[in-house]
Amino acid sequence: MTAAIEVENLRCEFRVHTGLMSAEKRVVAVDDVTFSVPAGSVLGIVGESGCGKSTLARLILGLLKPTAGTVLVDGKRLFDLDRKARARLIQPVFQDPFASLNPRRRIKDIVALPLAAQGTFSRGEIERRVGGILERVGLSAAMGERMPAQLSGGQRQRAAIARALVLEPRIVICDEPTSALDVSVQAQILNLLADLRRDLGLTYLFISHNLAVVEHVASEVAVMYLGRFVERNETDALFRKPRHPYTQALLESVLTPEPGKGVPDIGLGDAMPDPSNIPPGCRFNPRCRIAVERCRHEAPKPVVRAPRGMVECHLA
Amino acid sequence: MSALLDVEELQVTFGRTAAVRGASFRVERGETHCLVGESGCGKSVTALAVMSLLARGGQRSAKRMRFAGTDLTSLSDREMARLRGNRMAMIFQEPMTSLNPAFTIGSQMAEVMTRHKGGSRAAALDRAAELMGRVGITAPGMRLGQFPHQLSGGLRQRVMIAMALMCDPELLIADEPTTALDVTVQAQILRLLANLKRELGLSILLITHDLGIVARVADHVSVMYAGEVVERAPTAELFRAPQHPYTRGLLSCVPVPGRVQRDRPLGSIPGVVPAIGPGFAGCAFRSRCAHADETCARAIPRRQAGDAHDYLCRLEPDWAELQPA
Ligand SMILES: Nc1ncnc2c1ncn2[C@@H]1O[C@H](COP(=O)(O)OP(=O)(O)OP(=O)(O)O)[C@@H](O)[C@H]1O
Ligand SMILES: Nc1ncnc2c1ncn2[C@@H]1O[C@H](COP(=O)(O)OP(=O)(O)O)[C@@H](O)[C@H]1O
Ligand code: SF4
Ligand code: SF4
Ligand SMILES: [Mg+2]
Ligand SMILES: [Mg+2]
Repeated sequence: MTAAIEVENLRCEFRVHTGLMSAEKRVVAVDDVTFSVPAGSVLGIVGESGCGKSTLARLILGLLKPTAGTVLVDGKRLFDLDRKARARLIQPVFQDPFASLNPRRRIKDIVALPLAAQGTFSRGEIERRVGGILERVGLSAAMGERMPAQLSGGQRQRAAIARALVLEPRIVICDEPTSALDVSVQAQILNLLADLRRDLGLTYLFISHNLAVVEHVASEVAVMYLGRFVERNETDALFRKPRHPYTQALLESVLTPEPGKGVPDIGLGDAMPDPSNIPPGCRFNPRCRIAVERCRHEAPKPVVRAPRGMVECHLA
Repeated sequence: MSALLDVEELQVTFGRTAAVRGASFRVERGETHCLVGESGCGKSVTALAVMSLLARGGQRSAKRMRFAGTDLTSLSDREMARLRGNRMAMIFQEPMTSLNPAFTIGSQMAEVMTRHKGGSRAAALDRAAELMGRVGITAPGMRLGQFPHQLSGGLRQRVMIAMALMCDPELLIADEPTTALDVTVQAQILRLLANLKRELGLSILLITHDLGIVARVADHVSVMYAGEVVERAPTAELFRAPQHPYTRGLLSCVPVPGRVQRDRPLGSIPGVVPAIGPGFAGCAFRSRCAHADETCARAIPRRQAGDAHDYLCRLEPDWAELQPA
């Protein structure tokens, strides 16, 4: 069986100008990443702000050209496909549903747009499909008549999900789809995404900084740090036995609703990661509690653990 | 001893919007009190009303609003300005909104001190450096000369905390101080606040929408919904035996790492927060509540569920659940 997403040695650099006189800086947002996502599964991606999660999403969606490496979606190179074929295969759902919905169109027209753009559906067919998907995501026909500003945050995210699914794609890239929502609405949206995946056999790449959410939705989890996957494993294994010191710190920093436990001391220090200045050796070494001399000059290689597990650390 | 901050039946309106509708809560001395609720329920407006910092058009009234024995509703603007930043200080979600990009960190911190306490600029800078060390900023001397945009989000929030502490306040109001930060930085900042509270005897009113934060740092909790405090309780009791249907619903929505059951749906609350217009009566949660009946459209009693535990609902307390564990 072909993997839904197959990424090999993917790299993405940006050149940024920091000031008038200063030299151009090179930001390495994704640094030689290799992985695959089996069809029908959910790969969760976690990591701190700026570690390259959204850049990876845009590379996989074909919205950004890699500096090096390849992305195969359903066995095909996205750059070989035209926009229409690409839209039928893979669709995004982003964090801010307000920014991603045209404020001057009615919801049902926004949801119809991907169908209309294909140029192969009749007016009646479009209406039927839009009606069907709106109902599927829990929006009434009356909601379809409204403008985005007249919906709540959760309703807008439902509309964005309807638009992503109306072409019946195989793969959906969710970039922080619930981060702007309240917990009660987040729970509604997560339950909806889970139902849709089961009923339609979808594959998700699910990006979030909320580890509890990722644990709830993902079958596998990758931990990203300064552009690389530093650990990847099946969800249960990763949460039960995190191997990389960074994964351990991330898990420790989650504040579960357990009164009396206080706030943990995760001891990561202030040395915030900077993708324009990646440290030599292990890129995590300035913040690592257990770093040894070797970590400062030799980068760890990925070591395969268990059938689908991987970790990049000299001591793991 | 009386509470440090005592707010009874606070009302705030913006034209026809009732943003806060009779919120009551008390912050005891030396404790962290959390105001928790979903976006738009009136948490920030409540804090701004206490600080007399409401945006134009905001109308405030309260049956009682006392800070350390002083009636805040009777203070003039000048008297209020003398308290603010001095005996009560506030930090916000986005530090850039309260830091001036044109001035160095050092000069902004020193200004707070000289304005309220007088003294020399040099002495104020010394105190700024001392406090920056205290909030875990390394090389404070260098940071004092930097501008806000030269610092990371976590460092800026530490600077805001240090600045709020300049005049040794009795009350610190923190409105979502870690919402914009990564989980790792969030844990560091919250740990810092907990240590400061213990070491300085500070009282903290912490506003958040995150029940994980509430559980880990609060002594007492007030749960807000649609402008009202619908339940108040000591933290452990609120999580063990929540009584208001909204509190119960909210707790069931939170996925807890390590206790996730992936094939089962999360608990959720159907529907959305209703728009509340003038003249609204009864329970604001009734459009989403599984227990709602026609009596919920009438006046709702505040029920006592323990010494410091009460809630707004027609339903009787579940005494079996409330038994000490
Ligand atoms: N178009 C661009 N030009 C220059 N730098 C960029 C560009 N897009 C992203 N970057 C940089 O690449 C790095 C990774 O960014 P990315 O948006 O992928 O992070 P992220 O993991 O999604 O973070 P967040 O959790 O904040 O969404 C960052 O340092 C970012 O500033
Ligand atoms: N300056 C303002 N003018 C008009 N309405 C406002 C203003 N500030 C807040 N509101 C309204 O008051 C209510 C409570 O807002 P707020 O206290 O900011 O909520 P939160 O609990 O998210 O902090 C919301 O309905 C909001 O739209
Ligand atoms: S390789 Fe060394 S520095 Fe990197 S995570 Fe492992 S122990 Fe820490
Ligand atoms: S008063 Fe009625 S509607 Fe409101 S929470 Fe109680 S039972 Fe539900
Ligand atoms: Mg992102
Ligand atoms: Mg707010």
